[in-house]
Amino acid sequence: MRPVLRFLSDELIEKIVGEAREILCKLGVEIHNKDILFMLGEHGAKVEMDRYHVFLTDEIIESALKAVPKSFKLYDVLGNETHHFSDYNVYFTPGSAALNILDYETNEIRKPKTTDYVRYVKVVSQLDNIASQSTAFIPADVCEKISDSYRLYLSFLYCEKPVVTGTFTMEAFNIMKEFQVIIRGSKEELKSKPLTIFSCCPTSPIKWSNVTSQNVVDCANFSIPVEFVSMPLSGFMAPVTLVGTLIQHTAETLSGVVISQFTNPGTPILYGGSPAIFDVRYETTPMGAVETMMIDCAYNEIGKYLGMPTQGYISLSDSKQLDAQAGLESGVGATLAALCGINNISGPGMLDFESCQSLEKLVLDNEICGMTIHLLKGIEPKEDFPSLPRFQELLKEQHLLISEHTRRYLNEEFYFPGVVIDRASRTRWQEEGSITLLERAHGEVERIIKNYVSSRLQDDTKKELTKLMTEEAHLYGMRNLPEHE
Amino acid sequence: MDILNKISEHLQLGDDEKVRIFTKEAIKAKISPKEILNNGLIFGMDIIGKKYKAHEIFLPDVLLAAKAMYAGMDLLRPMFIKGGIPTIGKVVIGTVQGDLHDIGKNLVGIMLKGAGFEVIDLGNDVSPSEFIEIAKKEDASVIGMSALLTTTMPFMKIVIDLLKEERLIGKIKTIIGGAPVTEEFAREIGADAFGYDSINAIEKVKGLTGMT
Ligand code: B12
Repeated sequence: MRPVLRFLSDELIEKIVGEAREILCKLGVEIHNKDILFMLGEHGAKVEMDRYHVFLTDEIIESALKAVPKSFKLYDVLGNETHHFSDYNVYFTPGSAALNILDYETNEIRKPKTTDYVRYVKVVSQLDNIASQSTAFIPADVCEKISDSYRLYLSFLYCEKPVVTGTFTMEAFNIMKEFQVIIRGSKEELKSKPLTIFSCCPTSPIKWSNVTSQNVVDCANFSIPVEFVSMPLSGFMAPVTLVGTLIQHTAETLSGVVISQFTNPGTPILYGGSPAIFDVRYETTPMGAVETMMIDCAYNEIGKYLGMPTQGYISLSDSKQLDAQAGLESGVGATLAALCGINNISGPGMLDFESCQSLEKLVLDNEICGMTIHLLKGIEPKEDFPSLPRFQELLKEQHLLISEHTRRYLNEEFYFPGVVIDRASRTRWQEEGSITLLERAHGEVERIIKNYVSSRLQDDTKKELTKLMTEEAHLYGMRNLPEHE
Repeated sequence: MDILNKISEHLQLGDDEKVRIFTKEAIKAKISPKEILNNGLIFGMDIIGKKYKAHEIFLPDVLLAAKAMYAGMDLLRPMFIKGGIPTIGKVVIGTVQGDLHDIGKNLVGIMLKGAGFEVIDLGNDVSPSEFIEIAKKEDASVIGMSALLTTTMPFMKIVIDLLKEERLIGKIKTIIGGAPVTEEFAREIGADAFGYDSINAIEKVKGLTGMT
């Protein structure tokens, strides 16, 4: 039996959703995008153009909820299925869009370069428990105007896994979509085999900016999956209570569902978010706070109740280093998220309030994910009944190390983590150099990068992507892209 | 003196009603508005700032105290005949072009106001020329800029370069902040200061305006 954890009763969910719908209909939502306002007006919503305000109706919300797909799949660059976002299936993806990376050599943060990004992608490509890549940080050695498309380009070049990404501007969408059309061969093929998910954020409280709402529309027009990332900050930009925050999150996310489904009914979406409590001592948004994680798990239950697959920024840490706090917050988050069935779990590798990626943490988190995924298998009998023969064997042989039963089920029943997790005896650990967690993790990073094998994406396709990226760079006055081979 | 202490103490408790009552009393007792302001209201806010920095109290306590301070200031305002309440400096603040993150900037703005600065908040997605024009028009002594995206940080440099072009460097000081911004970046682009949270912002802006 797959273990499942719940925080909300159906009755409470009904009440929360009811309040959220009332907010959208009576207080309305601010959308700084005239085309969207016009579209919703055409469908019977009351629009106040001058203050970018729209009052939704129950019928609009209802028909958006009817149109939204209950599940969808992702495919890698080669076209193989990798994800089925449905029910309680869970997949991990690295935390996205960090400002810095934590440099192993100096133990300091710094702005990442192209070479850092390529190293990151090479690592992700080989981590078994991380199902997709994310555009995890922004190489600072290209001009800002292309920084969001450039990281996606590098991801497609070096790794086969699908990508969780997003744009910083409206203009960048076009090339980011073009890359995907090139890889799939046609718009139709891209539609039938989605390759990326774009994160699109409403602004708390209950507002959409021009850029992010246009991103939702652009994605919908190409059936590119979107994850809505609402970020109510409890006690600051949202009520202090977890239920109050959930009402706001529901209203903000439902407004996104309406925009996408009215643009193109049936566009795949993830009911996502990155809410946090606001720490009124430090003026920060802790992702590792237990209340933050409770909100994540709970809105995921609401999304499921409304019939949508879900996403969450959970299993990351606010610590500045790879230390016990990092393990604690990432481990608890991953476990809770998996037990609650958050379908796309964004977080591994991330530190410092979503602002710093660490490759060493990423390989450690890969083990956390592995253990968590194993946990979800639950406890099932495997030739355990009747048990007498097994115990007769044990009593006779005095051990079961080479028993048929052991050999058959050893690798299924146990998850053997890699060397990052220390399970040696103290003496052996000392004999092998008393290597610390950070050193072991770094060793793994280097080993994995050395073992990297190129992506099997066709060379011609890679060349086409490079041509497009280079043209885009020229457009913004960059003569050459940085070396990365 | 006792009344001023009471103002300061009730301000620290965030009790705007009592601050109003005692400010009225102080006015009746013919204490000068300037003294009420400096030795009652602002004195109390300074203590609040220190306590917040030491984690003895939390952000909501600070904002409540600021609200209580405004209650007292509203009563004093008509007494300052020309130029209104003397402020300790005028700050134009905004989030730079292309960037919509304004939570941190808003907080810094509220706290600067609480510390006695006049704050003109330009909102988010503010173009470099707008920063300069408003700062000139308002005769502000400081421009505060916020950026939360790696990609929008360069706009801070553009503002500073424009100030240079207009020979306003030194006359209008600059302070920058936001998650991707660092002390080093501030130095690199020639900003006068960098602040990492609201209390730090107050200290730094005070430094820039010669208050410390
Ligand atoms: C909340 C949030 C949002 C909200 C913003 C709501 C709002 N009204 O501001 C929403 C959801 C709208 C949002 C949108 C986006 N966001 Co955002 N967001 C955040 C988040 C989680 C927290 C920011 C915050 O409010 N913190 C709380 C406040 C109190 O802290 P603060 O802002 O740092 O401010 C303090 C100090 O920095 C300082 N300070 C700040 N300004 C100033 C100014 C002066 C003068 C001084 C002295 C001091 C100072 O004092 C403040 C008070 O303590 C950050 C993560 C992070 N670690 O910062 C990501 C983050 C900044 N966002 C990010 C991204 C990618 C985006 C989007 C592009 C996502 C998308 N694809 O749609 C869009 C941006 C669109 C745009 N063009 O701007 C990335 C940035 C990546 C990068 N490398 O640049 C981050 C780091 C998250 C991530 N890892 O993905 N976001």
